[in-house]
This record gives sequence, structure tokens and C-alpha cells, in this order.
Amino acid sequence: MSKNPPPLFRNPVVRWLDERLPLFSMLRKEYIDYPTPRNVNYFWSFGAIATLMLLLMIATGLMLAMQYTPHVDMAFSSVQRIMRDVNYGWLLRTIHMNGASMFFFAVYIHLYRGMYYGSYKKPRELLWILGVLIFLLMMATAFTGYVLPWGQMSYWAATVITNLFSAIPWIGEDIVQFLWGGFSVDNPTLNRFFVLHFLLPFVIVAVVVLHVAALHVPGSNNPDGIEVKSKRDTLPFHPYITSKDSLALIVFGIGYAVIVFYAPNYLNHPDNAIPANPLSTPEHIVPEWYFLPFYAILRAIPNKLLGVIALFGGVAILFFLPFLDRSKVRSCRYRPLYRWFLWLFVVDAVFLGWLGSKPAEEPYILWARLATAYYFGFFLVITPVLGIVERPRPLPVSISEPVLKTASRPRAS
Amino acid sequence: MPASSKPLPFPPAERRDFLGLLAASTGAVGAAALAWPMLDSMNPAKDVLALASIEVDLSPMEVGQSITVKWRGKPVFIRYRSEEEIQQAERTDWQSLRDPQSDAERVKNSAFIVVVGICTHLGCVPLGQKDTSERGAYGGWFCPCHGSYYDGSGRARQGPAPKNLVVPPYDFIDDTTIRIG
Amino acid sequence: MMKRKPLFLYSLLCSLLWACVLAPSLSLAAEQATVAKQPWSFRGIFGSFDKASLRRGYEVYDQVCASCHSLRFLHYRDLETLGYSRAQIAALAARLEVEDGPNDEGEMFSRAALPSDRFVAPFANDEAARTANLGALPPDLSLIVAQLAGKGGADFIYALLTGYSEPPESFELTPGLSYNKVFKGNAIAMPAPLFEDMIAYSDGEKASVERMARDVAQFLAWASDPSLEQRKRIGLRVVIFLTLFFVVAFLYKRRVWARVR
Repeated sequence: MSKNPPPLFRNPVVRWLDERLPLFSMLRKEYIDYPTPRNVNYFWSFGAIATLMLLLMIATGLMLAMQYTPHVDMAFSSVQRIMRDVNYGWLLRTIHMNGASMFFFAVYIHLYRGMYYGSYKKPRELLWILGVLIFLLMMATAFTGYVLPWGQMSYWAATVITNLFSAIPWIGEDIVQFLWGGFSVDNPTLNRFFVLHFLLPFVIVAVVVLHVAALHVPGSNNPDGIEVKSKRDTLPFHPYITSKDSLALIVFGIGYAVIVFYAPNYLNHPDNAIPANPLSTPEHIVPEWYFLPFYAILRAIPNKLLGVIALFGGVAILFFLPFLDRSKVRSCRYRPLYRWFLWLFVVDAVFLGWLGSKPAEEPYILWARLATAYYFGFFLVITPVLGIVERPRPLPVSISEPVLKTASRPRAS
Repeated sequence: MPASSKPLPFPPAERRDFLGLLAASTGAVGAAALAWPMLDSMNPAKDVLALASIEVDLSPMEVGQSITVKWRGKPVFIRYRSEEEIQQAERTDWQSLRDPQSDAERVKNSAFIVVVGICTHLGCVPLGQKDTSERGAYGGWFCPCHGSYYDGSGRARQGPAPKNLVVPPYDFIDDTTIRIG
Repeated sequence: MMKRKPLFLYSLLCSLLWACVLAPSLSLAAEQATVAKQPWSFRGIFGSFDKASLRRGYEVYDQVCASCHSLRFLHYRDLETLGYSRAQIAALAARLEVEDGPNDEGEMFSRAALPSDRFVAPFANDEAARTANLGALPPDLSLIVAQLAGKGGADFIYALLTGYSEPPESFELTPGLSYNKVFKGNAIAMPAPLFEDMIAYSDGEKASVERMARDVAQFLAWASDPSLEQRKRIGLRVVIFLTLFFVVAFLYKRRVWARVR
């Protein structure tokens, strides 16, 4: 890689291993020497935060799986046993349960950072697509995991979400029965959801490895969205980015700890403390907050099949973003028009989330329709059109140039 | 050091020594503190510990009878020994045994011998609880897995077993009831 | 200058996102306006349960609620947290009978409950409970405070237990139901359970309706969330640790990045 002479490792054991299996040189290349644009800001830390959240979820999930019983008669009480009898079981469960929210929070910011700074554009299209795939897998994992405590919300979430597939013409009902392994959400469903919830995180890990591999080919994007021109533009990953990411991670961790220890059920629906009852649906069922925007899209459309298509389309459209945006300029810093439409998109998504938590009645339905129209309009009309008509601001010559010029600007934080 | 045209090198070792080490070790402490609850969750939980002691009523037992009770998931052998068996156990030259213990050290009431029915070799359950079962040459228990022989006091006498059968912690809460654990 | 704006907007948006995300749980709490907040000792960062109140609350549950309501996720051994000794717990448990077995003859038999047993339920199953209560199912109380979190949790329990009265003249009450000012529709299947001095507290406290309601609400809050005290204690340490870690990491990061500028 670099022009430095080869003996990278002084430790003879490490050298011996590395000559036979270059694990250490690989790690060194990807996580120590990896040249990172020197102008990346704290929003670049959310990738590292999301990675650590994934590992934390897997670690706590493994411990919980050792105590959990995937059976309709025992699931709820095995969770109560975790909360009451298992040593630190309550801690592991609250970390895991709120970890899902924190993971999504980190990934949403990570995703939006990619949109704002155009990280999905050539040559990073595949990197972005793998990221959307991770997002999709996360949704499946979060959903199957939410079913496991077998409370009322678990049960009815499983029922409603699996019933989405009944919208498929001709074979919908058969698919739903296939998903359930029966004629309703029942023991076979719970059992397979447990298996899937256990399996999918490892699939995510595999895709994350590909995601990172695809990142390290072109290297990281940066807030200016311009190519790295020389070594002056970059810093080695360690200790520059590691120290920065650690700081972001600790701040994130403080927020996470406050939720886990002082408001462990704040993001939780109280009805999920009631054991599942297949004979009675709670009055007002809502998904977890991270699904609310998509739920609002589903409810905005009065036709069953079209609603389901819109719901899945809301996620699937992200796959096509690299090909919908024709602008050559990546960063919104240099896209004066697109920037405002993108911020409006964020407001729209948050608004949809809020609507998703409201009952399905007027005026929320009308508002949800308008917000859904903007959601899809943003991707299908605004993005392609602005890519052609917008006049971007002049780009800086190189990354190091504006950084060196504005050396006295306040720290980003 | 001003930004040069070369990629920035590692800060020299002595400059990052203290803060770098402090940050890394704080992180390590944090990781260890997070790992502990995870590991501890695998230790016996409260409901398991709550079942860790059982009471056994010995009053229905007759001389010569053996019963097996389950304690912490393991068999516990209780035998109501005859006068002859007691004397045999007491007269044994215990100092020459591989795990020297007198019979008096192993019983609370010499009529009842209470031992965990797990062979100290590799954990099989020895025979000898039924009147008809093989008890071996020493009149106690016989482990068929690898041929270990125990006497009427549960002491290892022959075969690969290195230790005597374990005497669980127990107490007589009255003349005919014991609490194990 | 231009670079600062997105950062500011980012933080604004993030808080907005959170605000909207959290709004649904807030709006639920506003539904029952008559539920007044009580000064519970277990509120707040350093909050902990009032052990004496918990013990009295257990007495109320045991002597009043337990005739209809189960508490099936609690075990008698859990009472140790309330300050009962092992012998006291064994005696409390032994008053009740549980079915065990089969014995050597293959028969099920009754025995006195042990500390390791779950709280003995008043009815064998939900159907028996409904039959004995004119078709209404008295809910299990193990998680009642968590289930009522949207309506005020322990505050709601207190308001409900002290919210019984004669119905106003205009109110048409279905026979068999009782009037309660905080219950949805103001008609509840549970008759007023608490009366002045209906039990004798073992610590000599006067058993007023308010006292009993407060004690049993606190007891049920504990039953729903028994790890509350440990959680807050550990949480404080974790937040202090992370804050110190932040300072160390900040200094380290500043030292490292000082070379870039």
C-alpha cells in the first residue's frame, strides 16, 4: 500500500501469523492506515456507532436467547423470568429492547448523512445499495424480535404485518399461511420468528462486512463531496478518526444509558406488558417509532394492495436513489436548491412518523396522503429534475484547500 | 507541527502515552463492566437458587431401604443402614483408603448415609439403590461405567474413582426430616 | 459560516425527530385528566421504594386484593426485598396450599406453599375467575402498573382506588357495576374494595382508604418493576463513568487533532 518498508509488526508471533494469514496487515490497512478525508464531520461517526450497536445487540441477544423460551405458553413468562430472576436479566433486556431503537436512530442518521452529502453517487452506488439491504434486514430483524415477548403488541404486530402479504393477488392467502405455519399467528409462527430473529443478525454482519469492503475500495466520502486528490487530503484512520468516533460513541452512549436506566419503557407500548390474547385486539395499535413513517404511508392509501405496495416501495425506492439523482455534485453544500428539498424530505418523514402514531381518522389521513405524495415525489420527480436544472455552487479545488484556509473555524461538534 | 504535504504520521509515542493509555484503559474498564452482567446472567438465577434446598421425610423408611431424591438436578442416595452395615463401615481401616475419611465424618446420624449419587470418576450414577442391584464387593455402590466400587459409607474402594461419594450439605431439622442444601 | 448551518439544522431536526417520536407516549398520558400525580418516593433519579409502605401494601394485597386478583409472576421469595425474613416468608407462604405431584402412587396432592412457589392465585383459571365475578375477569396484577403506564401507572391505581363514589343523579349505572370517576366510562366491574380500617396494619399505621390505596399502589409498582432501585443505582454509576470517559476521550481527541491544524 504505502511506500514504507514491509516489516509492519515487531512482535515475532504476529509476524509469523501474518506471513501465513495476513489478518493483521488487513486490519492494519482497513482500521489503522485507512486514509480518511480529513474534513469528515461527526455525522461520519454514525457508521461506527451503528456497527457497535449491531455487536452489542448480538452480544445481549445471545445472552437473552439462553434464557428465552420460544413457546406460546412460556414466552411471556420466560421474559418475566429474565426481568425478575436472571442475574442482570432486566439490564440485558432493557439494553437489547432499547438498543433496537438506538440502532435505528443511528442508522437513520447514517442514511440521511449519505443522502445529504451524496455518498450514494458514483463510485459508491453498490455501497449504498448494500446499506439499504442492511436497513431492510434490520427491519425484518426488529419485527421478528418484537414478536418474541409475546405481549399484545407483539401478537398483533405479527398478525398485521404478516397479513400485509395477503394483499398479493391470487396467492396472498397461501403465502400468509406459509408464513404462519398455521391458520393464525401461533406457536409455529413464534418458533420460526425466534429462529429468524437469531439468524438475521448474522446475515446483517455478513452484509456489513461487504458494506465496509465496498466502502474501502473508493474510500469515504466527505462533507465537500469531492474526490481525495492527494495525501494531504487524508488522515490515517487511527488515531484521528478512532479518537473522533470514540467521542461521538460516548455521547451516544450517555443518551442510550439515560434511556436504559431512567426511562426503560419510554419507547415501549404499555400494552405489550399484557400477555398475547388472540381474541382481543388492543384499541390503538401502533408499530415501534422506527416503522411509523412507513405505517403512515400504508394507511394513507385506501386500497389494500396499493397500500402494501406503497409501504414496501417506500423502502425499496431507496435502492434506486443512486440512479434517480443525475447531479454530478455530491454534497448538498454545493446544491443550493436540492438541499432545501432534502430538508423538507426529512421534515416530511418525521411528519409521516407522527401521523403514523395517530389514529386512522381525519384530518390525519388527508395529511398522510399529502406527506406520502411528497415522499415519493421527492424521489421520483424532484431528485431527477433538480439533477438537471439545478446550478450547483463552485466546488473547492481540493479537500485540504478549504480546510487549510478556514483553519480557525469553530470545531464541528 | 504544521500540516505538511505528507500524510500525518502517528504522533510520537511519548506524546500520546498518557492520554492515549488513559483513554484506552478507561474504554477497557467500560467494556469489562459491560461484559460482567452478560457473563453473570449465565450463573444460576434466583429461581434456580430458590430450589437449591429440599426437605426429605425419612420416617417412612425401613432398615436396609435406600431412596433416591433429586437435589439440584442430581440424585441423592439415602440409605437406612442396618446395625451390621454401620459396624462394617465404622470398622474399616479408613486411614489406608485412597480418600481417607472415617465413617463418623461422613454421617450426621449413623443410621442414615446421605451421599450425592454421582461417581467421582466421570459423573455416572452408580448402582446399588435397589435391593436387587449389584452393589459390589464392598456392599455399597458400584459404578458400571468404569468399574468403581464404593463401600457402605460411600467411600471409593476400588476402580478409577479418585474420591469418596460427595456428602451434600444437610441437617436434621428433626429426628426424621433432613434438609439438603 | 456555511458549514455551521447544516450542523445546527441537524441538531434541530434530531430533536424534532425525537420530540415527534416521543409525542405518542405523551399524548396517551393526557387522556385521563383526573389522575393526579402522587409524590411517590420511587420517582426521580435517586428514587427508591418506601419499604414500610411496600410491606403495608403487601398486607393490603394479601388481605383484600388477593381474594380476586392473582399476582402470578411473583414468588413468595421475592418478599425478601420488602424486608421480610426467610422464616417470615416461609410462614406467609405456608398459609396457602398448592397442588403438587404426582406422588409415588400417581396422585396429585396438596401441600403448603414454599417460598420458591409463585403467589397462589385465587382461581384455578380465567374461566373460574370470570364465573365467580359475574363474567368480569379480575386482571393479574403482576404487571398492572406497567400496563397502565399510559394512564398514569401507580397514580392511576391510587386514583382508581380512591375514585369510588355514589353516581351523580344524571348518571345511569348498569346494575352490577360501580361508579368510579377515573375509570373509562365511569362504570367499573370491581366494587369499591377499600373501606376505612378494614384491615389492621401490623405496624400499627391507621388503615385509611388513602393510606391503603397509596401502599398497595406502591406495592404494585414494585411488583411491576422490581429492579427499579438497582437500575437507578447502576444507572447513576454508568452515567458518571461515561461522563468521565468523555472528558478523557475529549482530551485525547484534542491532543491528536491538535496536529492537524
